[in-house]
Amino acid sequence: MAQIFHRSTNFIARFSVFSALFLIGIALVAVLAVARSPYMTRQNITREQPVQFSHKHHVGDDGIDCRYCHTGVETSAVAGIPPTKTCMNCHSVLFNNASYLEPVRESYRSDKSIQWVKVHRLADFVYFNHSIHINKGVGCSTCHGQINQMPLVFQANTLLMQWCLDCHRNPEQVLRPKDQVFNMDWKAPDNQAEIGAELRKSYNLRTTAELTSCSTCHR
Amino acid sequence: MSDGKPPVDSPEIRRLTPVIGPGHTFGSVTDKISSIVLTRPTSLGWYIGFLIAFSLMGMMTIAIGWLVIKGVGIWGINIPIGWGFAIVNFVWWIGIGHAGTLISAILFLLKQKWRTSINRFAEAMTLFAVACAGIFPLIHTGRPWMAFYMFPYPSTMGLWPQFRSPLIWDVFAVSTYGTVSLMFWFVGLIPDLATLRDRAVKKPLKIIYGMLSMGWRGSARHWHRYQSAYLLLAGLATPLVLSVHTVVSFDFAIAIVPGWHTTIFPPYFVAGAIYSGFAMVLTIAIPLRKVYGLEDFITMRHLDNMAKVMLATGLIVAYGYFFEFFMSSYSGNKFDVFLVQQRLHGPYAPFYYALILCNILTPQLLWSYKMRHNVTVLFIMSIVVNIGMWLERFVIVVISLTRDFVPSAWGRYSPTFWDWATFIGTIGMFVTLLFLFVRVLPAISIAEMRELVAETSEEKK
Repeated sequence: MAQIFHRSTNFIARFSVFSALFLIGIALVAVLAVARSPYMTRQNITREQPVQFSHKHHVGDDGIDCRYCHTGVETSAVAGIPPTKTCMNCHSVLFNNASYLEPVRESYRSDKSIQWVKVHRLADFVYFNHSIHINKGVGCSTCHGQINQMPLVFQANTLLMQWCLDCHRNPEQVLRPKDQVFNMDWKAPDNQAEIGAELRKSYNLRTTAELTSCSTCHR
Repeated sequence: MSDGKPPVDSPEIRRLTPVIGPGHTFGSVTDKISSIVLTRPTSLGWYIGFLIAFSLMGMMTIAIGWLVIKGVGIWGINIPIGWGFAIVNFVWWIGIGHAGTLISAILFLLKQKWRTSINRFAEAMTLFAVACAGIFPLIHTGRPWMAFYMFPYPSTMGLWPQFRSPLIWDVFAVSTYGTVSLMFWFVGLIPDLATLRDRAVKKPLKIIYGMLSMGWRGSARHWHRYQSAYLLLAGLATPLVLSVHTVVSFDFAIAIVPGWHTTIFPPYFVAGAIYSGFAMVLTIAIPLRKVYGLEDFITMRHLDNMAKVMLATGLIVAYGYFFEFFMSSYSGNKFDVFLVQQRLHGPYAPFYYALILCNILTPQLLWSYKMRHNVTVLFIMSIVVNIGMWLERFVIVVISLTRDFVPSAWGRYSPTFWDWATFIGTIGMFVTLLFLFVRVLPAISIAEMRELVAETSEEKK
């Protein structure tokens, strides 16, 4: 009687057992990696805007302070996107014939808002407050990256909850003196751990337990 | 036999009601069991039964689909009674699964020969019941697509499950139970699959059973390791039987609700599980032996023993009912006393009385030797016990929730069509799987039956 399985099935059997374990392992790692990848978080992707507004030009070249446009950032939960009127403070005179500024002028004439595309989008079940971070010594560049070098804004960080929690658990690593908050080029000094711990004390930051409790962000 | 004398386990009784019919050889046992799978033509009854069960399973699929589309509000649950049919059925199915493991693991450790011819389909029953049970914890959540949050994995949120919740323990208990049961069942199947491989005539069947039996040759070394593995799995499955339903009982006992917060729950739930599980084994065994002519293998001795286990666990359950009743009255806590009154006089009192009738009064017939040897009575009683054990979970879940601490939060619960469709649908799924199992796999362990033939022939010498 002929055998059911040819000799070669020995190899197939062994190979399939090992490859199955291997594939399951790879699949698990892949799922976890994809969830953190820029593909899912949309990190480092510049978005098409109605007007190609360059932060690099306005902040980097012209040296405009962040708060000139984002007025609410020290006092409000929302930093705010400047209204067309802010643009027109200068652009009624500067480059007032430039074609790429036509949407701005059109918005000014027609009184219709420019439909800016939001790059840093948090889910509505997250209550994020800008002012508290600014007032406790967290600089713009810590979360938003070096905006002064971005021709078009992209999301520099993942905005994953894990990323938020990493900081709320160890705020010392990012705290800076309050006069450096809007300094885009600030770099953490070598003794950041020491300075951060002191700043944490002097800013009266809450305990890590309080900073990471659900109701801090999910209200 | 029927002269009313109390039967005792004597050589005489063993001759009259053996664990295997007389005159069987290795060949006849193998022929008989493998023919169900390999040679016997599929009967019209099988097709009809399968079709009905499969249609019911289809109804379950529709009910679950509609549930996902519309939300859990299509069920009869409401704010005081957040747990309804889904949890009642979950506990019921998990309980049914437990007898399979008891038979295959605990009776194996106790070296009970009569387990041999019932363990295979009892284990299959476990698996299918766990499959049915596993549906409910998933779908009774409002957002079933988020169920993976209950597993501890490194999430992008930096969050982990709350390991203090018995519902999270449920995830681990049920998934471990399902996995170990599957391993145990499959390990037991390997020598039998090899028998089917060798007996099959058609090439595709040879290949399928050949792959499933994974090259089993039945050498002494194979058998030695097989038996160690089987013993280890039995040793692992035994604490699982006790702990899994204990964890399920914690879902209630951890809570502060009167009627739930009771320390007797873990053992009493486990006893109830084995009680309902044995009832289900009888419900399956009786038609199975009749349809496939397996009276020589599943003898009256088996039915008798199963009825005895049912009686014993039924008495533990009765003890549980009595002590719940007693402790609530004895506690002097007005909410506990009120709970007893609710069970006896409240809007759901008929369920409680039906429960006492099904679970405590009816099984007392099993004291009688005659009743235990009457197949029809046993069959009806097994169904009555299954209904009774379902009522038990209904009484625990629903009566306790409808009227608890604050009278302004009193409510009623009545299941909707979709509650019933899901429940009956899982029964359909269970029966569908059983039908498929009986058709493609040996319902009785051939290898172990051959061992039994060898042992009984040695006894005669």
